[in-house]
Amino acid sequence: MSDIKAAIEKQVKSSPVVLFMKGSADFPQCGFSGQVVQILNYLELEFETANVLESEELRQGIKDYSNWPTIPQLYINGEFVGGADIIREMFQAGELQDLLTRNGIRFKAAS
Amino acid sequence: MDTAEIERLIREAIPGASVLAQTDDGHHYTATVVAAAFEGKTRIQQHQMVYAALKDKIGGDELHALALQTSTPQ
Repeated sequence: MSDIKAAIEKQVKSSPVVLFMKGSADFPQCGFSGQVVQILNYLELEFETANVLESEELRQGIKDYSNWPTIPQLYINGEFVGGADIIREMFQAGELQDLLTRNGIRFKAAS
Repeated sequence: MDTAEIERLIREAIPGASVLAQTDDGHHYTATVVAAAFEGKTRIQQHQMVYAALKDKIGGDELHALALQTSTPQ
C-alpha cells in the first residue's frame, strides 16, 4: 500500500468524525467545505479536519481512496459518507443524525 | 462547459435518465438527475455514476462547481 494511502487509512480511523477539506474548521477556504463545517458545528460534533491544500499528494490521494472526485469528504468511523451535497441532503432529511446515532456518536439534537 | 453538454453526457452514460442542468453564473452548476438505474443504489453510488459520466470530459474544477441532486422516478 502506498504511503499516502496508509497515511489516509490511519487518519480516517484516528477519530470518529474526520473531514478532509480545503482550509481548516476556523478558516474554510471553499464554500462547500465551509457548508459541511457549519453542519458539524450546528450538531455540536467533535471532529478532526485535514487540510488538503497543504499537500497535493493528500489532495489527490483522498480522491483515489474514496473514488470521489471532489473535496470536502466526510468520514464517520472510517467510512466515507459523502461530499457537501450529500451531507447537506442527509442533514436536512435527518439521515446524518440517524447515522451518527447508529455509530454511537453524540451530537446536539435539534431543540 | 454548457448545460446542454452536461445533460447530453449524463444521458449518454445513464440510459433513460431525465436530466436538468442549470447555471446562473456560468461557473456554478446544478444538475438534477432522475433515473431508474439509480434504483437500490446509495446516494454516493448514484453521484458516482454521474461523476463517471462527466469525469474525463470536464476538469476537476468544473466538476467541483457542480452540485448534484439524484433520485429514482417516483
